[in-house]
Amino acid sequence: MCLAIPGKIIELLDDNLAMIDVSGVRRKVNISLIKHENVQVDDWVLIHVGFAMNKISEEQAKEQLQLLAEIGEEQEALAEVKGYQFE
Amino acid sequence: MKMRFVDEFRNPELIRKTLDEIERIIEPDDHFRIMEACGGHTYSIFHFGLQELLPKNIEFIHGPGCPVCVLPPGRVDEGLEIASKNSDVIFTAFGDVMRVPGKKGSPLNYKAMGTDVRMIYSPLDALNIAIKNPDKKIILFAIGFETTAPSTAITVLKAKELDIDNFFVYSNHVKIVPVLKSILDQPNMRIDGFIGPGHASVVIGAHPYEIIAKEYKKPVVISGFEPLDLLQSILMLIKQLKNGESKVEIQYKRVVMEGGNVSALEIIDQVFEDRPAFEWRGLGAIQNSALKLKPEFAKWDAEVQFNVEKITIEENKDAQCGEVLKGMLKPNQCKLFGKVCTPDNPVGALMVSSEGACATYYNHLYSTMSL
Repeated sequence: MCLAIPGKIIELLDDNLAMIDVSGVRRKVNISLIKHENVQVDDWVLIHVGFAMNKISEEQAKEQLQLLAEIGEEQEALAEVKGYQFE
Repeated sequence: MKMRFVDEFRNPELIRKTLDEIERIIEPDDHFRIMEACGGHTYSIFHFGLQELLPKNIEFIHGPGCPVCVLPPGRVDEGLEIASKNSDVIFTAFGDVMRVPGKKGSPLNYKAMGTDVRMIYSPLDALNIAIKNPDKKIILFAIGFETTAPSTAITVLKAKELDIDNFFVYSNHVKIVPVLKSILDQPNMRIDGFIGPGHASVVIGAHPYEIIAKEYKKPVVISGFEPLDLLQSILMLIKQLKNGESKVEIQYKRVVMEGGNVSALEIIDQVFEDRPAFEWRGLGAIQNSALKLKPEFAKWDAEVQFNVEKITIEENKDAQCGEVLKGMLKPNQCKLFGKVCTPDNPVGALMVSSEGACATYYNHLYSTMSL
């Protein structure tokens, strides 16, 4: 549960939510913890238990995705993202 | 597949350079005991075979940084007892918690016996279950270090904002620095430096570790999870140790800010306060090491709203989880390791989570180890 998952913001929504894309999987996450960072569409963020924890660069995001693949946690990370069922 | 050969890593040249630099600095008489506080780091160290790449006189001690592993088994039972005794209660928890063995079984066992137990991926999912089931009472079995605490806090604030009165948090949130201090206070403890957790530090930043560096004179380097991150962190630690320094440094600068995530820290402060003491598996009670809801959020605090029966479980006396958590025993030196206690039949929590030191040892080293 502790490894953070990188995702790309594709739409900003009401109520501190944003639609994110993680390797093709799209789900809503909460972005209130990074609001002060002036989040925009196309920004990459690290996600943990349904919340964006901070902004990262695209390069860092790709490194992190590769790390998840290398340690065999990519499917688990995608399952986690698929699990978020926010309205 | 284990990646023991440098050429198989990304950036093999940088890996080789970092390893060469470590070997250049370290001297034959040195013996450095380095604790990686975070379970994610333990996992990476084993997965990528880093111990085998490094000189023998660098020893890793696997720390307490897996929230499932340090949870006293009674806490799971306490939460489950509320749910099993009240047919209108739904018990929700992250996947890692589902297999933690309690006195009468794990959450999954309770589910099989008819208790309404549901796995969630986010605290917000538990709140949504509450909204969709107004005639039920939903307990969120909240767990995690500072990485997860702000997410639980926001969920509580959301419950308040929406005036949801059937959502309750059973908080088991813990703090990383008090437990590191407690380990350093153990008699006969020898740790020379710490690899600080990457993701808890996203929230708390570098400052809370100053006490470890200044008062205990132990260097701390906050690290990322890639093989190169960890090797660079080890190099940074060894440079400090050889220079007789003890500072807090951030290797994982691309993700961790010196001051942490200010919004997240404010939200933790708004919703939580320190518990005077909290029991840790194998480590006993540690002062101010865990978080509970502030009195103004009592309406959403499961410990206030339900009659929680305090359950103390005598752990299997042959299970040596405590010694392993303190770094006094390697997982395979425990009497039960690999024989009685396995990932399929875990006796202690260190064997449950894939980030637990024992499960990591079992999964990555079993084939090469003489038991």
